Amino acid sequence: MEHHSILRVVSKLLIPPMLVYALYVQFHGEYSPGGGFQAGVVFAAAFVLYSLVHGIDALTKVAPPRILHILAGIGVLIFAGTGLVTIALGDAYLGYYALAENPQHAQEWGIVVVELGVGMTVATVMLSIFIAFASHTRKLDNKDW
Amino acid sequence: MNANLVGIAIIDIVFFTLLVLTAVAIIRQRSLFAVAMLSGVFSLLSAGLFVTLDAMDVAFTEAAVGAGISTVLMLGTLALTDKDEMKRKRSALLPLLVCFVAGAALIYGTLDMPPFGAADNPVQTHVAPEYIERTPAEIGIPNIVAAVLASYRGFDTMGEVVVVFAALVGVLLMLGTTGRPSGKRKE
Amino acid sequence: MSELAIDLEFILGRYNYWLFSILMMTGLYITVSRGNLIKKIVGLNIFQTSVFMLYISLGKVTGGTAPILTGDPDTVYSNPLPHVLILTAIVVGIATTAVGLALVVRIKETYGTIEEDEILELEHDMDFGNGAPQGGSRA
Repeated sequence: MEHHSILRVVSKLLIPPMLVYALYVQFHGEYSPGGGFQAGVVFAAAFVLYSLVHGIDALTKVAPPRILHILAGIGVLIFAGTGLVTIALGDAYLGYYALAENPQHAQEWGIVVVELGVGMTVATVMLSIFIAFASHTRKLDNKDW
Repeated sequence: MNANLVGIAIIDIVFFTLLVLTAVAIIRQRSLFAVAMLSGVFSLLSAGLFVTLDAMDVAFTEAAVGAGISTVLMLGTLALTDKDEMKRKRSALLPLLVCFVAGAALIYGTLDMPPFGAADNPVQTHVAPEYIERTPAEIGIPNIVAAVLASYRGFDTMGEVVVVFAALVGVLLMLGTTGRPSGKRKE
Repeated sequence: MSELAIDLEFILGRYNYWLFSILMMTGLYITVSRGNLIKKIVGLNIFQTSVFMLYISLGKVTGGTAPILTGDPDTVYSNPLPHVLILTAIVVGIATTAVGLALVVRIKETYGTIEEDEILELEHDMDFGNGAPQGGSRA
């Protein structure tokens, strides 16, 4: 779809704000609607838009599936690992109070870290599933659209 | 109070009419591309309904997931399979009957339910006020949904994340990690 | 007159449960009556979304607002718990939908069709017919 210049220009305008917005949703999720799940999906949607305009091969160059799969696992491990850390610090599994002196700060730390794990897993899983579907297909010609 | 309820009812019914029209269009439409787009429309409308029901986080998720990713995945599947639905020879009378009976049973069941929106409903009086009262003191963040999601019910959320990861493993097992079709395609 | 008012209250208190039941049955109808596997998945999604709506409407408090603390002690909040449950359920729902769609792709590659009737016919031929599904081998 190289010659669809409107699509290319509009996607170039849209993708950076989408990524920034995803980060905003991720880290502002404690104060407004949002959090890891939503942020992950919006983050993945930005990459999906990129691939819809520039093709799946361009996307796999930017985001190689192997790395995405590893990141998805790391996201789960961040969540589960937070629980182990709190055990090591002397609280229950996922009992965030052990993370800092001030109980409210401790809770906030715990929530931010856990939501980061959620966002990472959701974003990479959605993107990997999309890549799995899209690269399974035969090459689409412009005539098909 | 009553005027408020009537106002909500009108908005609800407008959204609901649009949702049912979309669903009926999905039933009648044979082009699967149109069905995929209509299911995206359905998700977006339900996100609007969630906003009127005070569920901002849910509406946000539904709009991003249902109208965005899910439609894209469906289109990706259509590119690999058929574009149109075949006409079915079998009569749709029995399914229709089953749905009517099941729907009537469900509606009969709702007659005993506590009224919609009342503040003294059982669902409102047990753990929910606890979460709302304790969040400012114990967690100290304004978004109660995030507090419950990540702290009070952290175990639950961890399970969900593992399920999402497991879904990825399932998809990769079926479609292959290399990206190219593994078996030879039957012509 | 007062009886009519009570009736209206009864209906206003329950109408949205009825609406969601109707929507749920529409989804069930698509799932059961259509033979196309992708359409079945769309029907399941409609069914699922109407369950979500039922849950969320249970948590609504009249005159309440979204459960994000405003600092004003008089604010009435809707119930946050259904929101949490449904929020995660939506994401898990898309994950399971993706697995379902992957299955549909594999079925298409194996059987060459995604219509339930044709798949059943092919399976019948494989079990009882002799030879290839499209061989037309009438002994």
